[in-house]
Amino acid sequence: MPNGIWVVIEQVKGEIRKVSLELVSKGKEFAAAKGEPLTAVILGKGIAGLADTVASYGADKVIIVEDDKLEDYTTGAYTSVLNKVIKAGDPNAVLLGNTAIGKDLAPRLAQRLGVGLASDVTGAEVDDANYLKFSRPVYAGKAYASVVLTDKPVLATVRPNTYAVAEPDASKKAEVSTETADIDAADIKAIVKEVIIAASSRPELVEANIIISGGRAMKGPENFKILEDCADVIGAAVGASRAAVDSGWIEQKFQVGQTGKVVSPTLYIACGISGAIQHLAGMGTSKVIVAINKDADANIFNVADYGIVGDLFDVVPLLTEEFKKMV
Amino acid sequence: MGNIVVAIKQVFDTEAVIAISGGKISDQGVKLVVNPFDEFAIEEALKIKEAGGADEVTIVSVGGEKAPEAIRTALAMGADKGIHVDISSLGVIDEFVAAEYLAKAIATVPYDLVLAGRIAIDDGSSQVAVRAAEVLGIPSVSSILKLDIAGSTATVSREIDGGTETIEIPIPALFTAQKGLNEPRLPSMMGIMKAKKKDLTVLTPADLGVDATAKSNVLEYSLPPARAAGKKLTGEAADTAAELAKLLREEAKVI
Repeated sequence: MPNGIWVVIEQVKGEIRKVSLELVSKGKEFAAAKGEPLTAVILGKGIAGLADTVASYGADKVIIVEDDKLEDYTTGAYTSVLNKVIKAGDPNAVLLGNTAIGKDLAPRLAQRLGVGLASDVTGAEVDDANYLKFSRPVYAGKAYASVVLTDKPVLATVRPNTYAVAEPDASKKAEVSTETADIDAADIKAIVKEVIIAASSRPELVEANIIISGGRAMKGPENFKILEDCADVIGAAVGASRAAVDSGWIEQKFQVGQTGKVVSPTLYIACGISGAIQHLAGMGTSKVIVAINKDADANIFNVADYGIVGDLFDVVPLLTEEFKKMV
Repeated sequence: MGNIVVAIKQVFDTEAVIAISGGKISDQGVKLVVNPFDEFAIEEALKIKEAGGADEVTIVSVGGEKAPEAIRTALAMGADKGIHVDISSLGVIDEFVAAEYLAKAIATVPYDLVLAGRIAIDDGSSQVAVRAAEVLGIPSVSSILKLDIAGSTATVSREIDGGTETIEIPIPALFTAQKGLNEPRLPSMMGIMKAKKKDLTVLTPADLGVDATAKSNVLEYSLPPARAAGKKLTGEAADTAAELAKLLREEAKVI
């Protein structure tokens, strides 16, 4: 009996990442098409209560692995546990979010399982020959590769915001099993000394539905306040081009582009960004692109659904006021 | 600490426009460079050596016939010697196979630390270095922003979603470098001259005795659908801002 599709749920301090719910929602569709169950696997400490949550989004089965050593994510312990539960459960496919943790964990897990891995997947479909077929960006989205994996389980990390989250239904229940964490001593090497989450009321860049980014025309670090004010009205994250980051105006973690974050929000507002090929590679899959730029010939207008030819210092504060009237 | 190994990959320059020819990504007219994230790894290794923390920096690259150019660039930056695993005879290999070759090549030299970039900007899969750590049986931490080594313990800061975390881990270990770790130096003229005389060993697949077959296949490459330019609003800032907000709400339905 094949054991369907598994989604590795990412939780931080008991809170499930949105991408995990996206994968439960879409994974359930794939599993249904295959006539197989969708299983959610949750590792951590004090996480048993999350089973009902993932069930409400469509998980048929939930595997809970709780241990003190799984409270903080470490590559070794998580690889050790997942390798064993996957070998025991023998799923056909395992999906993870392409997050900081997913990117750190999945290659190591894939090598231990002796299987392939489709990274940073932006599309998937059921496939008769290879179970699932994936589409993934190469050259940061300047091209796409259609990829199949030859061995089971088929393993993939999926980019956040690729799929919608289903409406939860609290009446849905899952079959819950609890596994003991069997961590090889050799895999307990790392000690997490400190976790610093930057105090921000704004969404994480790669998960945000709306991003407002600034480029070279921001002129200085102090001016990002204009974007932040707008972001806070519409619940957006703030991003930046490489030019703004390399000028030292904003931290590198906010960089969007080929050498920064690759994002795929519903709405991307590019302010004073010329639209270099490296930047377009990082946000080209956004659903709606808005450009605000003084230079009517800026390349960004060639990809923008809506553009304003004007000075961002005039336009953005006015736009913020317009948004305030709406939300 | 003795030897640091830095795994690097030669990739298309970020300026490259991607074209598909005969079902493959065309390399016609494309400038080849050291993967930008690998430059952070090279720089970090050189800084450790210069501070007296290592005796030797070895560059390892699994790649085709032009890969030695990338290795020479790293040697010109100051690395001591290079190893090129020449896979031109193999055709297309996947991350699983590449990791086996990389690990075997790393294991030909003594190492206390292995560094690589967190992602190669060509296939963008962020897999090979971490997979190689698994093959070598050493711990790995990806996307580091800070590295300190004291005795046999490394303390690294790594980027996580929304912040950073600090991890203590015994070496030998493999770390992948994120932008922000350091500012990579440019090779000096003197460095370029010296690099020509540095030791660059070429290994063939047969030398390494890897027995691995690909676990993934690319069926086809395609270019993303071109985005068409949309509505461009001009005029008074107040008018355009009001119109844009209205379009985003009523037409695009994204606000």
